[in-house]
Amino acid sequence: MVRTSLSLFDSKLVGPAIADSFRKLAPQTQLRNPVMFVVYAGSILTTILFFQALRGMGEASAGFIFAIAAWLWFTVLFANFAEALAEGRSRAQAASLRGLKQTTSAKKLELPKFGSNWVPVPATDLRKGDYFLAEIGNVIPADGEVVEGVASVDESAITGESAPVVRESGGDFSAVTGGTRVLSDWLVVRVTVNPGEAFIDRMIAMVEGAKRQKTPNEIALTILLIALTLVFLLATATLLPFSLFSVDVAKLGAPVTITVLIALLVCLIPTTIGGLLSAIGVAGMSRMMASNVIATSGRAVEAAGDVDVLLLDKTGTITLGNRQAAAFIPADGVTEQQLADAAQLSSLADETPEGRSIVVLAKQRFNLRERNLGQLEATFVAFSAQTRMSGVDIGGREVRKGAAQAVRSYIESRGFAFPAKVAQSVDEVARNGSTPLVVSDAGRVLGVVELKDIVKGGIKERFGELRRMGIRTVMITGDNRLTAAAIAAEAGVDDFLAEATPEAKLKLIRQYQAEGRLVAMTGDGTNDAPALAQADVAVAMNSGTQAAKEAGNMVDLDSNPTKLIEIVEVGKQLLITRGSLTTFSIANDVAKYFAIVPAAFATTYPQLAALDVMRLTSPNSAILSAVIFNALIIVALIPLALKGVKYRALGAAALLRRNLLIYGVGGIAVPFAGIKLIDMMLTVLRLV
Amino acid sequence: MTAQALLTIGFFVVVLIAAAYPLAIFVARIADVSPIRGVAGTVERFLYRLSGVDPAQDMSWPRYAVALLLFNALGALVVFAVQRLQFWLPLNPQAFVNVSPDSSFDTAVSFVTNTNWQGYSGESTMSYFTQMVALAVQNFLSAATGIAVAFALMRGFARRGAPGIGNFWVDVTRSTIYILLPLSLMLAVIFMSQGVIQNFDAYKDARTVESLTYPDPKLDAAGAPLKDAQGNPITEPATTQTQVLAMGPVASQEAIKMIGTNGGGFFNANSAHPFENPTPLSNFVQMIAMFLIPASLCLVFGRMVGDSRQGWAVLGAMTLIFVVMAVVANWAEQQGNPAIAALGVDQTHSATQAGGNMEGKETRFGIVSSALFATITTAASCGATNATHDSFTPLGGLVPMWLIELGEVVFGGVGSGLYGMLIFAIMAVFIAGLMIGRTPEYIGKKIESFQMKMTAIVILVTPFLVLVGSAIAVTSEQGRLGIANPGPHGFSEILYALSSAANNNGSAFAGLSANTPFYNSLLAVVMWFGRFAFIVPVLAIAGSLARKKRIEPTAGTLPTHGPLFVALLVGTVVLVGALTYVPALALGPVIEHLQLHAIH
Repeated sequence: MVRTSLSLFDSKLVGPAIADSFRKLAPQTQLRNPVMFVVYAGSILTTILFFQALRGMGEASAGFIFAIAAWLWFTVLFANFAEALAEGRSRAQAASLRGLKQTTSAKKLELPKFGSNWVPVPATDLRKGDYFLAEIGNVIPADGEVVEGVASVDESAITGESAPVVRESGGDFSAVTGGTRVLSDWLVVRVTVNPGEAFIDRMIAMVEGAKRQKTPNEIALTILLIALTLVFLLATATLLPFSLFSVDVAKLGAPVTITVLIALLVCLIPTTIGGLLSAIGVAGMSRMMASNVIATSGRAVEAAGDVDVLLLDKTGTITLGNRQAAAFIPADGVTEQQLADAAQLSSLADETPEGRSIVVLAKQRFNLRERNLGQLEATFVAFSAQTRMSGVDIGGREVRKGAAQAVRSYIESRGFAFPAKVAQSVDEVARNGSTPLVVSDAGRVLGVVELKDIVKGGIKERFGELRRMGIRTVMITGDNRLTAAAIAAEAGVDDFLAEATPEAKLKLIRQYQAEGRLVAMTGDGTNDAPALAQADVAVAMNSGTQAAKEAGNMVDLDSNPTKLIEIVEVGKQLLITRGSLTTFSIANDVAKYFAIVPAAFATTYPQLAALDVMRLTSPNSAILSAVIFNALIIVALIPLALKGVKYRALGAAALLRRNLLIYGVGGIAVPFAGIKLIDMMLTVLRLV
Repeated sequence: MTAQALLTIGFFVVVLIAAAYPLAIFVARIADVSPIRGVAGTVERFLYRLSGVDPAQDMSWPRYAVALLLFNALGALVVFAVQRLQFWLPLNPQAFVNVSPDSSFDTAVSFVTNTNWQGYSGESTMSYFTQMVALAVQNFLSAATGIAVAFALMRGFARRGAPGIGNFWVDVTRSTIYILLPLSLMLAVIFMSQGVIQNFDAYKDARTVESLTYPDPKLDAAGAPLKDAQGNPITEPATTQTQVLAMGPVASQEAIKMIGTNGGGFFNANSAHPFENPTPLSNFVQMIAMFLIPASLCLVFGRMVGDSRQGWAVLGAMTLIFVVMAVVANWAEQQGNPAIAALGVDQTHSATQAGGNMEGKETRFGIVSSALFATITTAASCGATNATHDSFTPLGGLVPMWLIELGEVVFGGVGSGLYGMLIFAIMAVFIAGLMIGRTPEYIGKKIESFQMKMTAIVILVTPFLVLVGSAIAVTSEQGRLGIANPGPHGFSEILYALSSAANNNGSAFAGLSANTPFYNSLLAVVMWFGRFAFIVPVLAIAGSLARKKRIEPTAGTLPTHGPLFVALLVGTVVLVGALTYVPALALGPVIEHLQLHAIH
């Protein structure tokens, strides 16, 4: 859905944004941003001074006051425009979501089972606890949980992923989202949310920024900006008495005008960051959205930047989903082919990916053809939680394969011994990070099949990057310690949690948090919910259960566990953009002082011209150039505010050095050039 | 700039650090709240029993702040009362009358706030009893208060999830008896060896070789100077061959005046007086004494938070700004005065003369020791002077003024320098932390909106007091009356006075007649709020930090040691300090400098 990538200044967005910039001139809107409110008040005051000047009672030429007043209004409008543009982009994203909220009609069931009578009702009439039927071709009318049936569902509207997904009752794939479409079969679904609270509604609200509240860090930064604004208000307001006194003692010139003081004030207060702060926040949410993650609050996006520990599920995140058979390791007195034969027999009816991979390996190694169980008159023994083994019975043979522990107790219960050499092979395989499966035939242990986890390509480099960012990666797996350790080493994670139970996960998160660390994790199952609720940044897979989604503070529409890394980067980018523009804004003041201070007191102390290092044309052009620069820099930085400062996975010191050089030193240098350039243009155009 | 200047500055820094390091190890033990056992703790334990203090009690920050404010308010009352009653009190051989209410008020606040702004002249106003019991006692207690706040803030960083920040009574008691008293005793002995006097004698008459004609202030029946309508003393010419030599217990007070960064001189001439600061050696020791505790507290900070590099980084930032400023001041003073050069006077440095601008300087100290002393006394919020800052060249005078306006964080006052600098560090990491994409943290403590709120108050207090105070002074009739010099220098004098008071420095551009009810009241209010409206939010930060968890550093944590952080901290101090005062300074020392060089 968010595939529609909008260029920054898309004409579809710019028009409404300009209109919004004027709408935002309402005083109550301006009051929300204290820094820009000062500019707003200054604009009004200079406008009044302009009218006073028109009536011939002005403190300076009407033209000059008009120019200052006009550019102060532009400053306010530019800041409004930045915010409006960011909101416009978000709204465009939200609009594409809203397209999903077509008024669908639902087949409301009278009884919660397939075959019961249904009545057509508008989707908006469905309430929590109602049941509906979704059949082939139907659009699912509301978020809910499948209680009966299996169906393939097209969720591309939400996830952008074109491959259909299977939804079925029970387990971790029981949640369906309103707006998606059933492609085959049917589902009986219990509605889990009331209209207006549905997942899609929350997404729209978030993206539109309708409920956007200031995040903790944004509040802290605003406090700092207000403090700086007050300091500069003091510095400029007291200049009037100082200037009156100076005129008195120097017996020369005229005191500084209110217009110039307002110009100085506006140039000094951090308008650049003040004007762009809200746009940066909106754009941050927007960027999260662009990577198909919906955050339930801005706070969560910000916290993502702070994460120190990532808990990553092994399967699907670090390794490819399935383990594959890699080797046959026979017991003493057994040939490899005998082992392969028995292993293949036991796996013929085993439709799990592991089972299939054993059949494939046997064929590769010994060209053993697939046999038909029916022809062999064999009975398949399915995997059960009690035996934890599967296999076949053929005549007198009882071929079994299973975890080493399970096979050992099975063998020993029949009075046979478990060969020491096999036990040794089991350990070796496990130590290599693979999973050992032991194969036995009627009490005789034949050997071990090595099932190997395939670590995803490039994941190790990714973790190295995270380490440089100061983020610890922890692999979570249900495997035993040995297996886990080997995979952890291969994948390059910092730590692992083996034989993980939901309780162990929760405990681990609490333990990290007690050390003062921020923990991020992904999860999809209902049993992940407690851990998700405990984690600081919890990303639920969209394919996961409703419980998981409720517990998390973000939902990844792509259900891609690796997404966590991108989320962290977006969070960091948000903070970096704020910090960099604050630094830039404050550093700008140096050049503005050099432009304005000599100009403001030119009549009283002409010697101050020595400070005018830019050699500006006249006092008036100096002040005007500084004000124009101050306004234009907001526009110039809108793309940066919306796109965010590029994040680089560098160590903290290197990153700071880099950003300090660009935004600190650059912030000092740029306005010297900018003000001089504007001054030259004003002079050439004979505007001053 | 002479080789002597560079060598002196270099030598000074080396000696300072060599002395501060061992002191820091000792002070870190004092800052530790665990009781001092055995004989060493006898006095301390006795004092607690006497005053009913439970030294084991841990105070929350509001409690700590209330104790601190009460203690200091009480101190101010005592100093006020002693001055108002000194005529009837002992140790008053010159029979000085009671000090006027406004001057007593100003002086009481001044000494309690560690400012030691002196509107009065010591040898003609204060009895020995007042000097010792009122002023010297506050020299100790105001310094101890500063150290206590610094300890509290250090604990804020060091503690994890703790409800309290220590016990104010314990911190003040320990700072006084273990740090300030022994150091003062050592210094007093050194000063006496150099010729600083220590007696209770009446003033002595000496017969001078030449007879001298001077303007004699007329006194009224009570012995107070008569003033004309403008508040200036009425004088008449007098001739004499007798010089009165003021006496007193000077060495003991001189010691704490320097080591406690108080700066209130026994005599009006302060450290330029030969009985206060007789030799180059005593001058050097005084300079070291001003920076000693502030420097060592930086290292104590490092030790308390368990990472000594943190302390060195803060000390490094302070040293960097200080050295640059000392060099500028020296350079400016050595340049001399173009107005005098225009008259054909040779002001160059040579084997036979110091050269440079010698106006208002003692010949026994010369350019280097005067300019360096001025830099140190204003970098530290000491305010002792061995030369007249008013007579410095405009740029030479800008250095002390600007150092004060930075907020007294370049070494700064005892305790106050460190806590002031740590507030700047919090601000620096806040912005820098964002620039690396994390919620800012310093020493493992997250800096969030409450800390920023308090930091905002702290950075607003002093500019508010300085700028609004100066504005009132230049606007009001009484404020303008005190100005002695015409032109922008008059403005510099007022700006300096307000900067000095608000930042609790206490030094003055002489030339401003500040012993008037107007300035006494204005400055007293400014000093009080400059001190305590700063301390309370600092304690609030300390309390809120102590409650936080401490996060172990990772590769993603902004390192707050090393050159990058030092540069960042220096940049923050300089930028915030400069940006606030640039326009005001432009109308004072900067234009003075430009005019002086434009004319000649």
